[in-house]
Amino acid sequence: MRELKGTGVSTGIAIGPIKVLEEAGQVERRTVDDPQAEIERFHQAQQVSMDQLAKLREDTAARIGEDKAELFDTHRLMLKDPDYVEGIEGQIRSDKVNAEFAVDATAQRFADMFAAMDSPYMQARAADVKDVSRRLIDNLGSGVQAGQQDQATIIMASDLAPSQTAQMDPSQVLGFATSQGSANSHTAILAKTMGLPAVIGLGQSPRPEDQGLTAIVDGSQGLVLIDPDEETLGSYEARQREYRERMQRLQELKGKPTRTKEGQEVHLYANIGRPSDLDAVEANDAEGVGLFRSEFLYLESDDFPTEEFQFQAYKEVAQRMGDKPVIIRTLDIGADKQVGYFGLKQEANPALGYRAIRICLTRPEIFKVQLRAILRASAFGNIAIMLPMITSTTEVDQARVIIDQVKSELRGKGVDFREDIQVGIMIETPASVIMAPELARKVDFFSIGTNDLTQYTLACDRQNPNLGQFADPHSPAVLRMIHMTVDAAHRAGIWCGICGELGADRALTETFLDDGLDELSVSPASVLPVREVIRSR
Amino acid sequence: MATEFTFTISDPEGMHARPAGRLVEEAQKYRSSIILDDNGTTADAKRIFAVMALGAKQGDVIDVTVDGPDQDKAAEELQAFFKENL
Repeated sequence: MRELKGTGVSTGIAIGPIKVLEEAGQVERRTVDDPQAEIERFHQAQQVSMDQLAKLREDTAARIGEDKAELFDTHRLMLKDPDYVEGIEGQIRSDKVNAEFAVDATAQRFADMFAAMDSPYMQARAADVKDVSRRLIDNLGSGVQAGQQDQATIIMASDLAPSQTAQMDPSQVLGFATSQGSANSHTAILAKTMGLPAVIGLGQSPRPEDQGLTAIVDGSQGLVLIDPDEETLGSYEARQREYRERMQRLQELKGKPTRTKEGQEVHLYANIGRPSDLDAVEANDAEGVGLFRSEFLYLESDDFPTEEFQFQAYKEVAQRMGDKPVIIRTLDIGADKQVGYFGLKQEANPALGYRAIRICLTRPEIFKVQLRAILRASAFGNIAIMLPMITSTTEVDQARVIIDQVKSELRGKGVDFREDIQVGIMIETPASVIMAPELARKVDFFSIGTNDLTQYTLACDRQNPNLGQFADPHSPAVLRMIHMTVDAAHRAGIWCGICGELGADRALTETFLDDGLDELSVSPASVLPVREVIRSR
Repeated sequence: MATEFTFTISDPEGMHARPAGRLVEEAQKYRSSIILDDNGTTADAKRIFAVMALGAKQGDVIDVTVDGPDQDKAAEELQAFFKENL
C-alpha cells in the first residue's frame, strides 16, 4: 500500500480501479523498422483527433457557448499546421522513432517556443499545444479515451485539461487524484460540481503501472491510498457507507425550514457563478441565490459582453428561481480577477487598487450595460442588485444616480423592469463597517463578504500562502466587524447576511445566530449541512 | 507584382489565439501566398504556430504581402478582416 498526501478539494470517499491518463512528457521512445507505416499511423490518429475536436466544438458551442467553442477551432488548426506536422513526420523519418515520441518531442519544442515569449498570455498557450498533442498520443495508443471507458474508475493525472474533462462521462468517474493543480483549478471546480471526491497537489506524477490497481480517494482528508491492504480497505468501505448515509440524512432535510428549535429563522441561500450552477442550487434545496457572481460573463469573454448576452444569463437564472430571490453582484473585476480587454494597468497592490465599484463609477458606460441587462431581467423574477467594495455613502449615492438614469431610459422606451428592485451593498471593507449606520439608511440590505473583509481587516493578502496563521477569519476583530454590521443594519430596519466562505463554517453558525444574521449564502453543497446545524439548535 | 498593405493592431490583447486562428482560417481560403512582416520577423499567415509566434502586440505595424492568382481579392478581403478582428 502506498499513501499519497495532497489537498482535498471535494469531499467524500471513492474506492475503485485506477485509470491513469497519460500526458506528454511520459512517452516511451521506441525504434521502428518502417517509418512510413509509422507516419501512416500518425495520420490516422490525426484524423481521429480532428473528428473528435469537430464534435467537441459542436457540443461546447451548444452547452457553453460559441466563445469557448472557438478554442477547439484553434486546436484543429494546430493539428493541421504544416510546421507541426512536418516536425513530427521529419522526426519519425530521420530518427526512426515511434509516432508517440515524435509528437511528444515536437509538442515540447512548440511549447518551449511559447513559454519563451514575453506575454503571459502567449506563455499560457503552451498548454494548448500540449493539450492537442496529448489528444494525438491518446489516439495513437490503445485508442481508449477518458470518455469511452467501460468501467467506472478513479482518474489519476498530472492535471486535467478542459478538453479531457469535457468528454468524460460523469457516470464512469468515481473520483479524481492529480499531482498538480490548485483549489481553483479546473479539476477542483469540476469535481465539486459533479459531487465527486477529489484530491489535488499530490506532488508525485501518476505512474502508468498503477493502472487497474485499487485506490481510495479520501477527499475529506486529502489522502490517496494505492493498493490498500484488506484492513484499510475494510475500514474505508465502512466510512464510505457512513458518508453516504450522512448524505442520505442530509437529503431528508430538503423541503424543511431552516429554523432553530426556538423558532429563529434564517434565509439559507446559495452562491453561484453561472446559470448552470442552478442544478446544484435546486438539488440542495437552497432558498434563493444570495450571490450571483457576474464576473464569469466578463472572464469568459474576449470582449465586453453585450447587454443582450448578459440579459439572457440573468433572465435564465431569474426565471428558474421563480419567486425566490436572486441577488446579482455587479462587476467585481480587478485585483485577482484580471480581464485583458478592460486594459487595466499592472498595479503594485491590486487588492487595494482599481477594481469593482471603482471601475463602475469611473467608467459608467460599462456599468450601464450591465445595469440595463439586470433591470430588464428583473421583469422575469425576483432580482436584487448588490454593489461590491463600497467604502462610503458617496459611492452609493453615485451608483444610485446611475441606476436611476438607466431606469428612466428604460421607462422612456417602455421596457419592462421591476421599479422597486432592491439595491444592497457588500460589506467587505473596514470603512463600510465603520460607516454601516449611515450606509444602512441608503440601501435595502447588507451582505458581508467575509473573504475580503478578513483580508482588509487583518491586513493579510489573501493570495499569500505564508500568512496562514495571521489570516484567521475567526479572529475576534473579524467577528466583531460582523457583529457591528448586523447591529447597524437592524437599527436601520434592513436585513443583513453573509455571502463569504465563512457563512458555511459550521463552527461559527451558533455565533451568527446569536448575532442575529438574517441570511447566510453558501456554496450549494454546504446548504444542507448548514441547515442541519441550525435545526439542531 | 505582389499586392501589399499595412495595418496597425488595435486589439489591446494583440494577436491572441482566437483572432490568430480566425486569420489563419481566412488566409487558407486563398491560393495566393500571404506573408506577415512584423518589424522584420515574418510569418506565413496560413500557419497558426507561425502567426502566434510573431507575438504581435497592440500598436505593432504589420506589413502584409499577398502574391498569387487571387491576390487582389485576398488583399481586399483581408484588409476588411483585420479591421474587424484586430
